[in-house]
Amino acid sequence: MSDMRELYQEIILDHNKKPRNCYVMDCATRSADGHNPLCGDIVKVYLRIENGIIEEISFQGHGCAICTASTSLMTESVKGKTVTEAKEIFEGFHDMLTGVAAEQGVELGKLQVFEGVREYPVRVKCATLAWHTLNAAMDGDDIEKVTTE
Amino acid sequence: MSNPHAVAEVVDAFDVERVRADFPALHQEVNGKPLVYLDNAATTQKPRAVIDAVRGFYERDCSNVHRGVHLLSQRATVGFETARTTVKKFIGAADSRSIVFTRGTTEGINLVASSFVRPRLGEGDEVLISAMEHHSNIVPWQLLCEERGAHLRVIPIDDDGDIILAEYERLLNERTKIVGIVHVSNALGTVNPVREMIATAHAHGVPVLVDGAQAVPHLAVDVQELDCDFYVFSGHKVYGPTGIGALYGKREHLLEMVPYQGGGDMILSVSFEGTTFNEPPHRFEAGTPNIEGAIGLASAINYVNRIGRDAIAAHERRLLVDATAAVLEIPGIRLIGSARERASALSFVMDGIHPHDIGTILDSEGVAVRAGHHCAQPVMKRFGVSATVRASFALYNTDSEIAALAAGLVKVREVFG
Repeated sequence: MSDMRELYQEIILDHNKKPRNCYVMDCATRSADGHNPLCGDIVKVYLRIENGIIEEISFQGHGCAICTASTSLMTESVKGKTVTEAKEIFEGFHDMLTGVAAEQGVELGKLQVFEGVREYPVRVKCATLAWHTLNAAMDGDDIEKVTTE
Repeated sequence: MSNPHAVAEVVDAFDVERVRADFPALHQEVNGKPLVYLDNAATTQKPRAVIDAVRGFYERDCSNVHRGVHLLSQRATVGFETARTTVKKFIGAADSRSIVFTRGTTEGINLVASSFVRPRLGEGDEVLISAMEHHSNIVPWQLLCEERGAHLRVIPIDDDGDIILAEYERLLNERTKIVGIVHVSNALGTVNPVREMIATAHAHGVPVLVDGAQAVPHLAVDVQELDCDFYVFSGHKVYGPTGIGALYGKREHLLEMVPYQGGGDMILSVSFEGTTFNEPPHRFEAGTPNIEGAIGLASAINYVNRIGRDAIAAHERRLLVDATAAVLEIPGIRLIGSARERASALSFVMDGIHPHDIGTILDSEGVAVRAGHHCAQPVMKRFGVSATVRASFALYNTDSEIAALAAGLVKVREVFG
C-alpha cells in the first residue's frame, strides 16, 4: 500500500482527476497524435509556437492516471519555454524514468513526482507517451491553414 | 457427458489443494504477497507432468520425427503421433488424420484462410465473423478479403454480449464463403451457441470455423457433435506449452486443401519439375514440427482428463459465480458482458479509474489480472470502453483467491479516494 502511494502521489491523482490545459486548440500552429497500442492510451497535443516559444499548449485524449497526469503536468512545465528548453526537460524526464544519471541536472520541478514510475517498467510508456507526442509536434511541420477561398 | 451421478462423484472428489500442488509456479510470492494468478485466459500455468514430459523428451527421446530408422527417432515419432491421437480423442474427432499440429489458434485460422478459403473466395464474396472476435479471427480474414476483393461482414452482439442470432441468419447468403465464430469470448466470457449456429450456416451451405482457444480449457468439446468444419485451439491455454496448437478439419476438406507452407515432411516426392504433396495432416506440417510441444500438450490433455472435465467445469462455474458476486459488491464496478452463458472470464470497469491503474495496484497485492483491450478492440468499442480489467479462472483457483481479488479492488478505491 505504501509503495502504491509513492507511485500514485496526491499531485498525480489530482491532475488525473482535473487535467489542466485539456481542450482542443483552434489556433494551434502544430499538433501531433500519440498512441500506445499496448494499452490503447491516446493523446493529441496542440501547440501554438511563436518565435520558437511555446506560447500555448493543450491536449485531448484518454488514458490511465499516470498518462493523464503526466500529460497535464507536461503542459504546465513547458508552457512559455522555448522548443530547445522543452526538449531538454523531456530528456531530463526520460533519464529520470529510465534510471539514467543525467549529465547536467535539468530542473524538473513537479515532474519529480513521476520518479516512482521507474520501479514499474511497463508503466514508463504511460508517463512518456505525451512527451513523445510533444516531441513529434515540435519536430513537425506547421499546420496549413485551410482557407475557404 | 456421462450420467449425473458420476458427475456428482467427480465434483465431490475435486480437491483444489491437491490440484495446486501439481503446479510449481503457483507457489511463489510476488511483491511480497502470495501469487494469485487470475490471468488464465492469457495463458495457464503448467502442471509438473507437462514440465516433466517436455524435459523427458529432451533427456531421453530427442530426435527428429518421421525420418530416422534409429530407436530415438522411432520414440520421438511415436510420442509425436500418440499426441495427435490424444488431441483427436480430446475434441471428439473421428480420425487422427483430421488433426494438424500448428503453432496455436492464430496459425490454425491463418492456415484455413490461406489453404481452404482463399481458392474459393472471389470478388464480392463474403466472410462472416462476429463482433466479439479476437484479433486473430479478424485480421487474417481482413487480409484475405482485401486480397480477393471480398467483404468482411460482422454479426452484431447485444448489450449483454450475446450474438444476435436473427441478424446472423439474415447476414448468411449465397456469397458467404465461411463463417468464423469464437466458441467462448476471451473478452466477455460469452459461450456462443455454436452448434445451433453451425446448423444454420450448413442450411445455407456455408462451412464454419470455430475458434476454441477459450473453450477447450473449460468445456467438453466434441467436434463431431458440433459438426463444425474446422476447430482451432492453443495448447498453452489448456495447461500445455506455448508454441503448439491444433487444427481439426473435416477430412474431406483437408484432402482438397492446398499446402500452407512448403518444405520437408509435407511432400511425397520432390524433383525440380514438380512435387507430389503428402497426405493430410502432414501436408500442412512443413518442416520439423514442435515435437516437445506436441508431447507436452498430450501430457496436459492427459492431466485434464485425469482431473475430469466435468469436475473442472463445475469448479470454475462456481468460481465465476462467486467472483461475479464479490466484485459487484464493490461500489462503482460495471461488468462488461453478462451473456446468458459465460465461462471463466470476468471483465469489468471501475468508475473513473483506468484498468491499467487497477492492474498495477492489484499486482502490488500479488493479484495477476489482465488490463487492456484483450486483443479485441472492436468488442471494447462496442461497449464504449477502451480497456477492461479481466479476471479469468482455471482449475487451480480458490475461494480465498477471489477474496484477495475483492480486497485488492477495495485497495484500488482507497488509493484513488
